[in-house]
Amino acid sequence: MSQVTKSEPKEAPFSKKNVKLVSDPLNGSNPVTVQVLGICSALAITVKLEPAIVMGFSVLVVTAFSNLITSLMRNLIPNRIRIIVQLVVVAALVIVVDQILKAYVYDVSKQLSVFVGLIITNCILMGRIEAFALANTPWKSFLDGIGNGAGYAAVLIIVAFIRELLGSGQLYGFQVIPESWYLHNGGWYSNNGMMLLPPMALIVLAVLIWVQRAKFRQLIED
Amino acid sequence: MELVNLFIRSIFIENMIFAFFLGMCSYLAVSKTVKTALGLGVAVTFTLLVTVPVNYLVDTKLLQPGALAWLDPSLAEYDLSFLSFIIFIAVVAAIVQLLEMIVERFSPSLYNALGIFLPLIAVNCSILGAALFVQERAYKTLAEATVFGVGSGVGWALAIVALAAIRERLKYSHVPAPLRGLGITFIITGLMGMAFMSFMGIKI
Repeated sequence: MSQVTKSEPKEAPFSKKNVKLVSDPLNGSNPVTVQVLGICSALAITVKLEPAIVMGFSVLVVTAFSNLITSLMRNLIPNRIRIIVQLVVVAALVIVVDQILKAYVYDVSKQLSVFVGLIITNCILMGRIEAFALANTPWKSFLDGIGNGAGYAAVLIIVAFIRELLGSGQLYGFQVIPESWYLHNGGWYSNNGMMLLPPMALIVLAVLIWVQRAKFRQLIED
Repeated sequence: MELVNLFIRSIFIENMIFAFFLGMCSYLAVSKTVKTALGLGVAVTFTLLVTVPVNYLVDTKLLQPGALAWLDPSLAEYDLSFLSFIIFIAVVAAIVQLLEMIVERFSPSLYNALGIFLPLIAVNCSILGAALFVQERAYKTLAEATVFGVGSGVGWALAIVALAAIRERLKYSHVPAPLRGLGITFIITGLMGMAFMSFMGIKI
């Protein structure tokens, strides 16, 4: 890392430009809703909040470190074989994450099933490595990875929050809607079972995109 | 009969896109016209037909706990399954490269039609996803794994062609401005998914 700080002695590690790298993907250039990256594995695990948080955090770690590692090697990788090198870096990191999940949160790891492995082909990773890490210094790439991972996690958590609350009346596994409201207890409320089915994830996300684009008008497609 | 059932199930009920959202990136990016969508759909089906059986063999003969016993009984205690992600993605990338060269050599016209899509497929989630599903659901025979692979491919192709056909028509309708493009595509996919859910429970 000492070489890196030497090559860019003037810029402080938390300068305005660098902070923007983290904050931008959370607002106007969100990887999921704007850049359309990483939807593949994003939606299937948003039925409940807990797996969504674990998945979001895993992707954040993998994007940050894969960006950092490829950026450190960016002058050594021959251009022709860069895709396979990137895949190997990402796959190795995902194996580490998968083993850690299996060791410490086994239940969630079972719920996530194949989707941990599918982080490898998550377009956010390849997209950010290709578009950012190969052309920027390690520290910046690391921040960019954290920003994009956090943007992805934020979308997952919002979608999962809505689906778990409306679909099963719970948040993070705890009952939020009072039991006495339910029809079978003589109340007036019942869960919307539709929310638990896969198609609703797409529709919730579409509504999110609608809200975001109504706020940031410049994102509207023609 | 089991196999026919599995085939139908992997096309309609457990559709890669509507039930698991796999391969969404290229599904959204390449579904603007029916012709290109069909090209990509065929390419994905073809790749799944080849990679799923190969990955099944790699898994059962090399990676699973005790899978190496056929080489030498003393190797029976090794469990290499933690390596499966990296091996699967390497197999997929290698086969896609190989397919590209074979198709280019023997059928230039097919190569011209599929050419641009083949390299994209290596990072299509549905290919790696199918390999991981085969591993997780522990399909017992090579035939089962192959049928599952082809079925998922056909289901994926069906979904992308249908979406492309709808999107071609969508150009003529009034969509609220912030919903144009990505948003309305998601809603359409959601509605198509609901329609596909009516296949649930069908058994032959």
